[in-house]
Amino acid sequence: MRWTKYLIWLAAAGAFYALTLVLSNAGFISRFMLMTMVQICIYIIMALGLNLITGFTGQLSIGHAGFMSIGAYAAGFLASTYGARVSAALTEALGAAAGGAVYYIFILATLAAGALVAAAFGVLLGLPTLRLRGDYLAIATIGFGEIVRIVLLNTKALGASSGLPVKYSVGWTTAFWLMLLSVVLIYNFVNSSHGRACISIRENEIAAETMGINTTKYKVMAFALGAGLAGLAGGIYANHMYLIHPNSFNFLKSFEILVMVVLGGLGSITGCILGAVVMTVMNNALSAFPEMRMIVISVLLVVMMIFRPNGLMGTTELRLPFRRKAAGGKEDVTHGL
Amino acid sequence: MASEEKLFLSIENLSQSFSGLKAVANFSMQMEEGELVGLIGPNGAGKTTIFNLLTGIYAPTEGSIIFRGQKLNGLPAYKVAQRGLARTFQNIRLFADLSVVDNVKIAYHQHVTHTALSSMLRLPGHFKNEKIMGDKALELLKVFQLEDKALEQAKNLPYGQQRRLEIARAMATEPKLLLLDEPAAGMNPQETRELMDLIRWLRETYKLTILLIEHDMALVMGVCERVYVLEYGMLLTVGTPDEVRGDQRVIDAYLGEEAP
Amino acid sequence: MSAEFIMQQLLIGISLGSIYALIALGYTMVYGIIQLINFAHGDVMMVGAYVGWYCVTVLHMPFLPALLTAMLACSLLGVVIERVAYKPLRRSTRLAALITAIGMSFFLEYGMMFIVSPQTRTFPPVFPQTIYHIGPLIVKYGDIVIITVTVVLMTLLTLIVKYTRIGKAMRAVSFDKDAAALMGINVNNVISATFAIGSALAAAAGVLVGVYYNTIGPLMGIMPGLKAFVAAVLGGIGIIPGAMLGGLVLGLTEVFVSAIGFSTWRDAGAFLILIIVLIVKPTGLLGRNTREKV
Repeated sequence: MRWTKYLIWLAAAGAFYALTLVLSNAGFISRFMLMTMVQICIYIIMALGLNLITGFTGQLSIGHAGFMSIGAYAAGFLASTYGARVSAALTEALGAAAGGAVYYIFILATLAAGALVAAAFGVLLGLPTLRLRGDYLAIATIGFGEIVRIVLLNTKALGASSGLPVKYSVGWTTAFWLMLLSVVLIYNFVNSSHGRACISIRENEIAAETMGINTTKYKVMAFALGAGLAGLAGGIYANHMYLIHPNSFNFLKSFEILVMVVLGGLGSITGCILGAVVMTVMNNALSAFPEMRMIVISVLLVVMMIFRPNGLMGTTELRLPFRRKAAGGKEDVTHGL
Repeated sequence: MASEEKLFLSIENLSQSFSGLKAVANFSMQMEEGELVGLIGPNGAGKTTIFNLLTGIYAPTEGSIIFRGQKLNGLPAYKVAQRGLARTFQNIRLFADLSVVDNVKIAYHQHVTHTALSSMLRLPGHFKNEKIMGDKALELLKVFQLEDKALEQAKNLPYGQQRRLEIARAMATEPKLLLLDEPAAGMNPQETRELMDLIRWLRETYKLTILLIEHDMALVMGVCERVYVLEYGMLLTVGTPDEVRGDQRVIDAYLGEEAP
Repeated sequence: MSAEFIMQQLLIGISLGSIYALIALGYTMVYGIIQLINFAHGDVMMVGAYVGWYCVTVLHMPFLPALLTAMLACSLLGVVIERVAYKPLRRSTRLAALITAIGMSFFLEYGMMFIVSPQTRTFPPVFPQTIYHIGPLIVKYGDIVIITVTVVLMTLLTLIVKYTRIGKAMRAVSFDKDAAALMGINVNNVISATFAIGSALAAAAGVLVGVYYNTIGPLMGIMPGLKAFVAAVLGGIGIIPGAMLGGLVLGLTEVFVSAIGFSTWRDAGAFLILIIVLIVKPTGLLGRNTREKV
């Protein structure tokens, strides 16, 4: 019973995925569009992570690109250093087809490693800084993002200022399903007792603490999960883009992700997905006019903050219209879903 | 020795100063299990500071707090709550944007046994715990006559119901000692009478010990068995409501506040 | 390392630190009054540098009138920014205000880029390229100007805050906005004045940067802006002498990190200081601890 809903959603996602494959094979989706779609997936994962930290737990972070670069460099370094050797050994041992399949598992493992390293840095940054409030935490996270960038720029083993080349091995399929997995995991998290513990910190930290919530634990948990997602997105980015450079993960990138979350709605999962889609499409559409793009984004943001400070969706979720009335009542109160 | 063991709450020489100013000075009090005690005094006498010290929001400058044989001072607030102390706030601190039922569920969170991972993967533990939590929350809302408001945002409740929700939320932590900070503030006499009944009923039903701060003398005199009177952060006197009411020092303390 | 070398670095550090201090003052004053990190402040400095550049190259003004024009223009800009972007948000969340400030910052940067193109410009030499030898020390004319201008402006600011009506009103508003309003202080005017003064100081810093380093560009405000904020936090945000102290400490640190051969790590040093200060003493060197009322 409780699984039927999941199966329906899974079938819908599968159908969407199949449709994109058919359309791209038929030539209706260009390579450029497919690349935009991968970017959208990457930014949805990024925005989900930041939304968990800032939107749900209420901790302002403007250094999210720092975590992304950590994931990108960790995954990229593993793939570029060991990838060729692993691939050769697998092809020799298992033949080209089976070896290729196992190699894909290796690439997924590097993505997981990137996410874990980023999450570890999330804990490392979170433990000392999370007792800072509001603005101070924001500044500390900016500092963190900049330090990561400067360290990468000075690390010869990671290519320093010439960047790190990474072989292309992740495309639309991987990006789409990992994005979907991230959405489901985070949706499940925020709609659970643990997620409510995070939200209670946003709502009133002192009351949360007094009601027995270990606020430090949940802040660090949110930071670790959010950083881990950023690391995952970074890994996908690294394996998709051929070359990663420390300056692609600067303050501006952190800010863009914040804009996605804020535009869509702090504390709304569908909102931040919407924000990531709109911003990525707009970024690509205006990529020929970089100044205009930033002017539009900044004016949009200021106007938004003045007239709709909670974003398009606020903390509410977009729901299919026929479900709005169907639930409600007692079931909504007690059910964990 | 026997009396030591029986002591439910024992506060010894509690002091708290804020940059030189003594908000609480050498305050001592004892409570036995099941008692209903009042804490009164003029504005600024240090009543709420004592609550903040008890619940771990402030760490006391000096003194000790022993609750059921265990030292509380120095513990972070969430650990104090897990030891069985719950409170309400004078200036309401609900989770304003969340629904009424979620407010109560959050306070129950310390009792759940499933991990965050099992929630993310929707393992059976998640559903089991969420079910228990939902049932408990609804049960409490029924007691506090808020069940028809369960899905409303807490900030949209009328003032009196917000105060009741604060108590309901504190009860969801399943406390042994309940601290109420001016529960009747802003209520009309009718609501105050209902509140008095509710407090008595809670105490009977859940075998609670209650300490309350209140300015409404009718409520204090009506429900409390003993009353501590504070002035300038120090204990002025302690006694039954009748003893305290007749005490000239108490009258002076309150009248002194009115004088220019 | 010889004593002369250290003295020389000390001088460069004080020059750089003076510039940071001038920018940091604006951050700290605004934060003291409305508890907002005015991210656009570094970009106001950039606008100041451009106005100064325009005055010198196109209008052929001498240094001092150019400096004053830039200060005047930027104080207007500061007031406009506050009225348009920040004032509507005064009662909203800190997060909304902070995001607006970041938005304003990008607007200034890329708006400027749109108007004057992304290229950097060369600031013509406005001073004689005289170099004085004081003992073994090499002192550029520019160093003397930077330090003199900074000292004069800071003295002026201290006098304004301490002795004038508007200065007293500023202190009252930063202490308790509502109480000040009840005492008949026009809080809106005080906030505008704060933005005007802070922005004028930033503009002065911008012109000095242009004169000292010879190049200006639309993104020149980002790093000095962030670092001046670090300086303000280091000294204790909201405290005027703190900003001066923080600026000097930061300038000296950077110069010495570069001098011992880690110039590519210079910026990391500044941010590391920031994180350490935030963790160890978030109220800064001169700050006092406060706690939230429950």
